[in-house]
Amino acid sequence: MSWNSGIHKWKWVALFLLPGLFGLSLFVLYPILSSFWLAFQDWNLLRPPEFIGLGNFQELMGDRDFWRALGYTLTFILMYVPVVFVLGLALALFLNQKARGMLIVRASSFLPVVASWVVVSLIWKWIFNPQYGLINYGLGVLGIQGPAWLFEPQTAVYAMVITSVWKDVGYIALLYLGGLQNISESYYEAARIDGATRWRVMRHITLPLLTPTMFFVTITLLINYFQMFEQVWLMPMRDSAADRQVEVIVTEVVKNAFSYSRMGYASAMSWVLFVLIFAITIVQLRLQKRWVYYESAE
Amino acid sequence: MQMNPTVSTTVQAAPRAGGPLAGRIARVLMMIVIVALMVLPFLWMLSTSLKSQQYILQTTPQLIPNPLTFESYTGLAERIDLGRTFFNSLFVAVVGTAGQIVISSMSAYAFARLQWQGRNAVFLLYLMTMMIPAVVMVIPQFILVRSLGWMNSYAALIVPGLFSAFGTFLLRQAFMGIPKDFEEAAFVDGANHFTIFWRIIMPLSTPSLATLGVFSFMGYWNNYLYPLFVARQEDVVTLPIALATLQAGPRALTEWNMVMAGAVITVLPILVAYLLAQRWFVSGAISSGIKG
Repeated sequence: MSWNSGIHKWKWVALFLLPGLFGLSLFVLYPILSSFWLAFQDWNLLRPPEFIGLGNFQELMGDRDFWRALGYTLTFILMYVPVVFVLGLALALFLNQKARGMLIVRASSFLPVVASWVVVSLIWKWIFNPQYGLINYGLGVLGIQGPAWLFEPQTAVYAMVITSVWKDVGYIALLYLGGLQNISESYYEAARIDGATRWRVMRHITLPLLTPTMFFVTITLLINYFQMFEQVWLMPMRDSAADRQVEVIVTEVVKNAFSYSRMGYASAMSWVLFVLIFAITIVQLRLQKRWVYYESAE
Repeated sequence: MQMNPTVSTTVQAAPRAGGPLAGRIARVLMMIVIVALMVLPFLWMLSTSLKSQQYILQTTPQLIPNPLTFESYTGLAERIDLGRTFFNSLFVAVVGTAGQIVISSMSAYAFARLQWQGRNAVFLLYLMTMMIPAVVMVIPQFILVRSLGWMNSYAALIVPGLFSAFGTFLLRQAFMGIPKDFEEAAFVDGANHFTIFWRIIMPLSTPSLATLGVFSFMGYWNNYLYPLFVARQEDVVTLPIALATLQAGPRALTEWNMVMAGAVITVLPILVAYLLAQRWFVSGAISSGIKG
């Protein structure tokens, strides 16, 4: 068959593939490779790059700002991931009920997902305003003196975690909803015939069959929040203690690259982030055998 | 959070104390609470943007602006060229989305429907690029854009994003699911690959194309990290960058009504689009879940 052989075949492959492959090579592959190369250079954009071997990585080991950024990144993850994991599941179970008006609830919980991080950060920055913001007004009504939120490192972290949960809970719920809807109705019918209580149905059917989704959710959350950026970049009040102290890995990379023009050092840091994400994903894949239940494996 | 753990209405578990009526009331209350939590911050943004400066600095916040004024919008228009910035965002998002669909669908066709040596190896390469975090790409893409002389141009904002492997991956999955019977009949009738691609594969893949379209549009419209460093000048700057500069840059504003007016202008188009095409936004957002 002539369209499937020889020169003629390659003509079609070239026609369909080359525009994309050329662009991918220039704008994706080449940057990845050059970033890797940069990680071993000292370069401030003005002088020619200078090869310094593992110098950047050695400096990184002793860089207190980097360790602080890693610490804050992990703190965020430890606070945010469990909360959004549980609230997302709770919201999904709630949204999965058949009731009039539930589609409106579902549509509205997805609004923050669609909005950009810049908009969400600024809305919540205003809501967390200590003097005129809604939160401290609400706390005041309850007789509580609200904190300075985005001025102080500790409370700024809480504010950013709350904002992140608000932004993402609808998305996580949606992932769970997909998992819930994949559970075969026959399990529930069998449970009903056996007269199982709601709790037992939840404990022995819904949750075990949802573990693959939980696994996917956990991986997604960790990959995304090791890379958190916008809220930390935009939310702390300018020149406050929070602004000076709260950094995560990506903001640290961006500062080194674009404020201090340390392109090599920043690239090295971004590769350390990649290795961290990669390692944690591998560990997750290993650990999944212990808790993730796959139906087809039975 | 107190909520009813019923998974499906077909599960008729033993009725609890309190009876179904109390359960239904609790459920309606919960629905109201969730909608309020999700919508209120947006309403507060809108309300703040419609107040004048002296009314936002009140210790008792008023949800309904009184008096209602558009002065924050006119004030904002004096600081930034709103029309131009809005156009920039729209232009970048529309052209970027169209370009990404064309490029991804063509590459996907080569991976899904053409047989050639090395296909799996090249596809694996595509998949591997998807694992690299966005921040790894930002620095070298910035350097590349700079050396191409593209700083502060539409090309810098649009072109590098066109080639993300994700679109190719998504459409390849869709194209592989289309039965081969149609195209075999068409080949017998003398059709070539381009006809098959354009007349059979593309029309049968509209749901996936819509998903990619929304994913891509949202990505371009909301993007911040990358444009922040390649497009700062007013003639190309996009809404998120201009908006963030209002609050974070050296010209930082404390006029929250103006900042919120900027937020309204940035978020309203995407919220309206979402309400009109919810289904595609949901599938697009699910696909875009993992940053990369």
